[in-house]
Amino acid sequence: MSAVREIEYRDALREAMSEEMRRDKRVFLLGEEVAEYNGAYKISRGMLEEFGARRVIDTPISESGFAGLAIGAAMMGLKPVVEFMSWSFSLVAADPILNNAPKMLYMSGGQFGCPVVFRGNDGAGGQLGSTHSWCVEGLFSNVPGIKIAIPSNPYDAKGLLKTAIRGSDPVFFLESERMLGNKGEVPEEEYLIPFGQAKVIRSGTDCTLASWGRPVHFCMEAAEEMQKLGISCEVIDLRTVRPLDIGTVVRSVKKTGACVVVDQSWSFGSPGSELASQVHRHCFDDLDNYVHRVHSADVPTPYATNLEQEYLPNARKIAEAVRSATYNL
Amino acid sequence: MTSLSHPTAGGTSAPASPHSVVHTKVYGDSEHLQVPAAAAHVSSEQMLDWFKQMLLIREFELRCMQAYQEKKIGGFCHVYIGQEAVAVGCTAAVQHKDPIVTAYRDHGHALARGMDPKHCMAEMFGRIGGCAKGKGGSMHMFDRDNNLYGGHGIVGAQTPLGAGLAFGCKYMDEVIDGKPNSRVSLCFLGDGALNQGAFHEAMNLAGLFDIPVIYVVENNGYSMGTAIARGTTMAHSLITKAAGYGIDGYVVDGMDVVGVYADMKHIADKCRATSRPAFVDMRTYRYKGHSMSDPRKYRTKEEEEVFETHDPIGRLEARLKTAGLLTDDSLKAMQKAVRDTVRDAITWSDESPIPPMAELYHDVFVEPWGPYTGSSQPAMNGGTANQPSMRTIDTKEELS
Repeated sequence: MSAVREIEYRDALREAMSEEMRRDKRVFLLGEEVAEYNGAYKISRGMLEEFGARRVIDTPISESGFAGLAIGAAMMGLKPVVEFMSWSFSLVAADPILNNAPKMLYMSGGQFGCPVVFRGNDGAGGQLGSTHSWCVEGLFSNVPGIKIAIPSNPYDAKGLLKTAIRGSDPVFFLESERMLGNKGEVPEEEYLIPFGQAKVIRSGTDCTLASWGRPVHFCMEAAEEMQKLGISCEVIDLRTVRPLDIGTVVRSVKKTGACVVVDQSWSFGSPGSELASQVHRHCFDDLDNYVHRVHSADVPTPYATNLEQEYLPNARKIAEAVRSATYNL
Repeated sequence: MTSLSHPTAGGTSAPASPHSVVHTKVYGDSEHLQVPAAAAHVSSEQMLDWFKQMLLIREFELRCMQAYQEKKIGGFCHVYIGQEAVAVGCTAAVQHKDPIVTAYRDHGHALARGMDPKHCMAEMFGRIGGCAKGKGGSMHMFDRDNNLYGGHGIVGAQTPLGAGLAFGCKYMDEVIDGKPNSRVSLCFLGDGALNQGAFHEAMNLAGLFDIPVIYVVENNGYSMGTAIARGTTMAHSLITKAAGYGIDGYVVDGMDVVGVYADMKHIADKCRATSRPAFVDMRTYRYKGHSMSDPRKYRTKEEEEVFETHDPIGRLEARLKTAGLLTDDSLKAMQKAVRDTVRDAITWSDESPIPPMAELYHDVFVEPWGPYTGSSQPAMNGGTANQPSMRTIDTKEELS
C-alpha cells in the first residue's frame, strides 16, 4: 500500500470546495479576495482559473450585503459557500447570519431552507489584537438552526467541509489561520465525515480531555507531558459543536472518572460550559472531581506576545487542569 | 390637480406631491418616463381585477384590526390600508415566476401574490393552517408556490435577500441552464429602511453585479412615527441615492393602481431585458398607525383626511364608474363577495387547529438529528397533513 499523501489544511479546504463545485453547479464561492487575489490566505488559489468569475466571486468589503445575498441565493435553491476572511468580520453581518439563515426554515413553516456554508478563520491569529481574534463559537453556538464545525486537522477539514456543502442546512465552518499551513494525511479518494461524530485521537484511562479546533493540539501536548507523570489521558476531538457528540465523551468519562474541557472561546456561556454541564448531568456518579475547564482568559485579546500566549488555552494550563482533576491519583 | 404635501416634502422647499405624478429618471440616459395606461395596454378586466384585489386587502386588514382587538391575533400587527395600489399594481406588472420579498407590513403582498386569505389569516391566528403553520406570524408571510420569500421583521433585512434572490435566478438561468436571465425580483421596503446599512450594501452589490432586482420603496412618509425628512437626507429626492449606486431611479405615484402598473411594467420589462437593478420611490400613505398600538400623534388629522380623499380604491372606483365598467349594484355585489371571502377566512382560521406540540422541534433543520424531526411543506403547499412524531430526548437510552 502506498503512503497516504500529506497536504496542508488550506489545500484540504480548497480540495473540498473544488470537488463539490465540480460535482454540483449550484455550488459557488464568494467573499473578499477569493478570486483574483487567490484568497487572502491562499485557500482558493487557482479556483478562479478553473471555475471562472461567475462561480468564484470577489465581493467588496460588505459582509452584511454579501452574507444576505448568499442567503437569498440559497433560498432560491443555490448552494453558496461564503468566505469570511475572518469570522471576526462576521459580526457586522450578524443580522443575516443569525436572524435569517438559522430561522428561515422555521418561520416559513418548512418552505425555505438555507443551504449555505459560511467559513473562515476563527480565533486568535498571531498578535492580531482584540478585534480580529474572535472565537465566534462562544456567541453563535447559542443559536438553534445552525450547525457548527471546528476541524483541527486537514483530514477532518476536507471531510467535514464536503459534508457541510452537500447538506441542506446552514453551516458555520470555523477554521484557524494558525493551522492553515499544518500538514496532515489526506487520501486521494473521496470521503465525507458526518457531523456529530467525535473522534478519540488518543486512548487513555485516567482523564478525558475534550476539545475541538486548534486547542486539540495543546491537549495532545499536555497528554504527552502527563504521560511522563504516569497520568494517562484520553483525548477526544469533538469536530463539531452543533451537533455535539456527547455520547463519545460520556463513554470516555465513565471509564476515566475525570474530565477537562478545553475551549478557546471565553468561559461564560460557552460551548465549553455547555459540554461540562452535560458531562456533569450524565456522569454525576462517575466523576471523582468536577469537570475542569480551560478557556481563553476572560479579557479582551491582548496584543503583546507573552500576554497573548498566556491568554490562550495552552499545554501548561491544560496540564494544570488535568493534575487538579486527577488529584486523587 | 390637487396641491398636496407629502410628508416627503418635510421642511424643505422641494415640491413633492404623490398625486402630481413625477416620473423621473435621474441616472443613465435622460429618458423622461411617462407611461400612459393606454400604452401599457390595460384592459377593463385587469382594472376590475385590481379593484377587487384592493377591496379584498382593505377588508382583510380591517378585519385583522378587529381580530387584533379581540386578541385573536397576537404580537405585532401592521396593516396595509392606504397602500393597496402598490402591492396590487407591482405584482400585476411582473410575472408569477418572478420572486417577491418584502418587510413586515406584508399581508397585502401575500394576498396580491395569490395567497389564499384563509392561510394568511390562520397564520396570524397562530394555527396549523397558516402559511407557516403558525410559526411565523403577521410579519413573516411565506408562500413557496406563489414565489413569495417573506415577510421579514427586521427593517432592511430583506434588501440583501432581494439581491440574492435575483442573483440566484440569474445564476440558475445563465450559469446552470446556459440561457439568458428570464426573471426579475421585486424587493419592497419602507422608507424607514433607507437608513439601514444593509440596504446600502445591497444597492451597491446590485449595481456592481448587474443584479435584476427592483427596490420598491413604499414611501409612506413615516418610519414608525418619524417623518421622513426628520430621519433621511435628500427626502425630497430619494432617487439621488440610487444614482450613487449607478442604479436607475424612478418616482411613481403609489396611490393610483393603473399608474403603478403602467410604470412598473415599463421598469420591470427594462430590468428583465437589461438584467439591471432599479430603484423606485413609490409615493404612498398609510392611513392607520405603524402598528396596532400607534395613536398617530405625530401627524395631523387634516393630513390624513387629505390623503383619504385620494384613496387608491376611491380613485379607481370613480374611473371605473366613469368608464361605465362599474355600477352601484355591481360595486355592492363585489363588496359583499369580498366580505364573504374574509368572513370565511376568519371562520376557517378559528376552526383550524392550534399547531401540535410536535411542531416545536419540526422545521428547525431539513436533516433530522438529535431532537429535531426534519421539515415538511405546510398543507397549503400540498404538504401532507403534518403530524411529526415528537421525539423525546432520552439521553440514557441514547447513551447506553
